[in-house]
Amino acid sequence: MTSPVTTCPVTIRIQEDDFDVAREIALLTKSRTDIGAVVTFSGICRGDEDSAKIAALTLEHYPGMAEEEIKRHVDEAISRWPLNGVTVIHRVGRFVPGQNIVLVLTASQHRQAAFQAAEFLMDYLKTSAPFWKKEESESGTGWVEAQARDDEAAARWTKS
Amino acid sequence: MKVKYFAWVRERVGKAEETIEPPATVRTVEELIAWLSSQSEAYAYAFEKPKVIRAAIDHAHVKSDAAISGAREIAFFPPMTGG
Repeated sequence: MTSPVTTCPVTIRIQEDDFDVAREIALLTKSRTDIGAVVTFSGICRGDEDSAKIAALTLEHYPGMAEEEIKRHVDEAISRWPLNGVTVIHRVGRFVPGQNIVLVLTASQHRQAAFQAAEFLMDYLKTSAPFWKKEESESGTGWVEAQARDDEAAARWTKS
Repeated sequence: MKVKYFAWVRERVGKAEETIEPPATVRTVEELIAWLSSQSEAYAYAFEKPKVIRAAIDHAHVKSDAAISGAREIAFFPPMTGG
């Protein structure tokens, strides 16, 4: 008996347009019977930050490097966990609260790998993918500062 | 070599990219930041806290002591805040 063929299709997109979470899951799982778990993370523009109301966020990126940096970490995730599919979509442009910013989908036979890979990808996306947020709030407009807690979250995946 | 700037580094420098020819004595990312800072007030302002600035050579993150020889594209930017 031959074992079922397992492939790991990878989709990485940086776009201004919105994404449809259900459609992306359907695309990832279509005609597949080897996938038992899909973990979905979607990042959404919040309406307040430290009790200040947010009017909008503008996302800027480094074209070329952003895709390559995400690809490097997707490749690492695939080498660390038995994944059957990965989708990463990051939007750029100006967003108002409630709008989608980022989507990570990880598919695997079992949930643990999918959960861990999704967390790993988000932690690295926040600290190493070249994207920057500018915030428009009641107190003015300014670039969002990097958080030490994001570096700490990424550091826990470092192999000893 | 081509140099690109992003986020508030771009705003402070006043341009998104340019082609520069630093002298041969400028060998590392750190030395390039110091040399640029000596060129005008805009660069000095952008690089006033060099430790905060992140750099990438040909799309890969590098540390401040990385050699710049052979680099096609160097980018300077603040710590990333995407996701």
